[in-house]
Amino acid sequence: MIAIAFYLLTGLLFVAALLVILSRSPMSSVLWMVVAFFAITGHYVLLNAQFLVVVNLIVYAGAIMVLFIYTIMLLDLSKGLKHKRSILVRLAGIVSGGLLLTVLVAAMRRSSEAAVGDLALVGQTSFVGLVKPLGLALFRDFLVPFELSSALFLAALVGAIALGKKGGTD
Amino acid sequence: MNDFAILCLIPALPLLGFVVTGLFGKHLGRMLSGWLATLATAASFGLALALFIAHPDGFGAGAGFDGKLFDWLPVAGLNLSFGLQLDPLSLMMTLVVTGVGALIHLYSIGYMHDDSGASRFFSFMNLFIFSMLVLVLADNYAVMFVGWEGVGLCSYLLIGFWFTRDEYNAAAVKAFVMNRIGDLGFLLGLFAMFTTFGSLSFGTVFGKAAGMASGTPVLTLITILLFVGAMGKSAQIPLYTWLPDAMAGPTPVSALIHAATMVTAGVYMVIRSHVLYDLAPASLALIAIVGLATAVWAALIALTQRDIKKVLAYSTVSQLGYMFLALGVGAYSTGYFHVFTHAFFKALLFLGAGSVIHALAGEQDIRKMGALRKKLPITYLTFLVATLAISGIPPFAGFFSKDSILAAAFERSPILWAIGVFAAFLTAFYMGRLLVLVFHSSSRVKEGVHPHESPWTMTVPLVLLAVGSIGSGFLGMPAVFGLPNFISDFLAPAAGAYESHLGSGTEWLLMAISVVVALAGFGLAAWRYGPKAVVPGEDVDMKGPARWSLVKFRVDELYEAVIVKPLFALSSWVSGTANDRGVDGLVRGGAGLFSGIGRLVRRLQTGNTVFYLFAMTLGVIVIAAIAALG
Amino acid sequence: MGTITLDHYVYLATALFSVGVAGVLIRRNILVMFMGIELMLNAVNILLAATSAFRGDSSGQVFVFFIMLVAAAEIAVGLAILTTIYRNTRSIDIKHYNRLKG
Repeated sequence: MIAIAFYLLTGLLFVAALLVILSRSPMSSVLWMVVAFFAITGHYVLLNAQFLVVVNLIVYAGAIMVLFIYTIMLLDLSKGLKHKRSILVRLAGIVSGGLLLTVLVAAMRRSSEAAVGDLALVGQTSFVGLVKPLGLALFRDFLVPFELSSALFLAALVGAIALGKKGGTD
Repeated sequence: MNDFAILCLIPALPLLGFVVTGLFGKHLGRMLSGWLATLATAASFGLALALFIAHPDGFGAGAGFDGKLFDWLPVAGLNLSFGLQLDPLSLMMTLVVTGVGALIHLYSIGYMHDDSGASRFFSFMNLFIFSMLVLVLADNYAVMFVGWEGVGLCSYLLIGFWFTRDEYNAAAVKAFVMNRIGDLGFLLGLFAMFTTFGSLSFGTVFGKAAGMASGTPVLTLITILLFVGAMGKSAQIPLYTWLPDAMAGPTPVSALIHAATMVTAGVYMVIRSHVLYDLAPASLALIAIVGLATAVWAALIALTQRDIKKVLAYSTVSQLGYMFLALGVGAYSTGYFHVFTHAFFKALLFLGAGSVIHALAGEQDIRKMGALRKKLPITYLTFLVATLAISGIPPFAGFFSKDSILAAAFERSPILWAIGVFAAFLTAFYMGRLLVLVFHSSSRVKEGVHPHESPWTMTVPLVLLAVGSIGSGFLGMPAVFGLPNFISDFLAPAAGAYESHLGSGTEWLLMAISVVVALAGFGLAAWRYGPKAVVPGEDVDMKGPARWSLVKFRVDELYEAVIVKPLFALSSWVSGTANDRGVDGLVRGGAGLFSGIGRLVRRLQTGNTVFYLFAMTLGVIVIAAIAALG
Repeated sequence: MGTITLDHYVYLATALFSVGVAGVLIRRNILVMFMGIELMLNAVNILLAATSAFRGDSSGQVFVFFIMLVAAAEIAVGLAILTTIYRNTRSIDIKHYNRLKG
């Protein structure tokens, strides 16, 4: 049962991802990206990472993709860019990606016997992703990075506004 | 105050004089600097005299006293200390150096009073006196070497005193370099000595050497190497060409350094080391031959020189040859006797020449002098005394010392004696020539030059030295006269006793021959340049042997071609090609290597972002592959 | 094909990551390249979350949280920069962004 869900989601995810990078117009890419995010969220559900489910939807599918859409609409893309590169470069890119995949899988395989083991634990029986334990971990063990991230956001905020001003930075 | 303290004061006073006149000369002014320097030297003479009077009959069999001033190089195995010692030989040398030195300082006050650099002159002169005293008062070879180098330095400073003239600087450098070449031999001798005896102190070395067999190769080596140093310092063949050129310095310098004192340092050194030389007959033979050859060679050159100082310079070289001849036949105290008398009359000759030059406003060519005896009476009379002394005419000093040397030479080999007599003939001839051409014959003085006698600061030393030229001979009379030989007796503990084995008849005969030869030479010159009125001609008119003599047998040119030019060529090659291509090339090559690498690496920075991404991906692939395979 | 083990998730993440890399290398449109980067980040997120769930260690998911944080900030600033560059060069083709040539 779980396995079926897993494979379905995985298939959806891959289709969406491939279409993201292969679509002709950026708008389509964005929309397929949203689909991919939903698939990923589904995977989080399978893993019982409840907090991440919510956060993923809100932050990624909600905020980030909306930003992308805003930007696309802001920029005038009617000049008819050629989105594709020369055949050779595209070939090189795909080959690189495939090579990377192969090698990484091989590396994972090497380490998989010893490190990962075959814990059959999946989904409902994992308690780690629940909000309360996660919150406790966040505010106990990872308090400092959490506070620092607020500073990070402040910096990003100021930077984005400063960069976005018309008439140069101030 | 004990004796050793007085001994330390003797070199200390001129050192103090050097420092004071050197640092404050500008404020003191010329006259005061001169008097200060003179007083320092005279005070040292006084102290030495006091020591002499306190020990009039020498120091007995113990040959004097010594003491250590401070530990100099307490290195394991070497342990040098800076010490002074006084024995008959060094006491006599000290008296000569400070006595004649003080007179020459006095003379210089008058001679240099027009020169703006006079205070610098006096500080250098005092430094010289100090160095010379360190040399003769040293108690080990290392300290002697310090003095040795010091006098070489002062010689350089004083020859090149008028440093604005390039040729004077060149002469100073030439003197220093030739000295240095000799010093290399001296140092090698010191190294050999240390390796053999384990010490450089006189007492230790001579004590250990006394136990060695005569003719030991290492002793021959050491003594020959030390003599190489003497060759440079005392201007023997082949390292003599610097001395005539050194006449570029002021005349008092020529008198003091290049007549009376520095050039005799080599003789002193050999006498001091006589224990070693007695055990190395081969080097003694070498010394005798070199000395004799130098005596003749230099005399031949002096026959045709036109510069009054150059004649005297070659004469010095020649007389030094005589001294080494005496040492070479084992008559050490006789050789020293000639040093003693020569100091007086040679210094007198130079100072007299200086007086003439001063009177003629700088003229040094004897073809432009003549008939000066009426205008410069004191100068003339003292010069006459000195000329007679050097020619070996009795009863003046030179006769006794030179004759003693010739007698000693005859004892060794009549051939040596005969050549020596020939050199004596030449000496009398060229000195007579000089005297007549300068003071007699007809006046060839230039228009507008009015010769006048020199001031008292210059004539008083002349007179005093003349007295010495007459009187010093009587201190070392040969045995046949029945009078005691003070010099020989006094020096015996330090220089070894020399017994003459000639019969008295032979002695008288040799003396008579010497007198006849000297008179003949002198008379011939007097006739040729006096009544016959021959005047040395222009350079181009000289032909044949005379021309050879005039051009100094082209020895300088030989050295120039064989040694100097190749060295300069080598030097310019090294500083040019070897430096530019070699060293600079390496440095530039190193820099070029790195900038080349940089140029290559820079091509990675294409600015093309996708290229960077590709590179990154490639890197990750490689790392993962290593993880996968490793 | 029964239980899903951690291995499955590992392969999933790896494949997604490679797709992201390929996307970045192929496309010239900056926006699509950004999206490729997002895919890569999400692949890592999946891997971390899965490992954390299978191991019972919550720090993996905390880390995912932080990655999302940073990704958000990064996108914000990145798009701002993109806008500025667009104003200057009138293009979002990466071919035109080569002024830093050394």
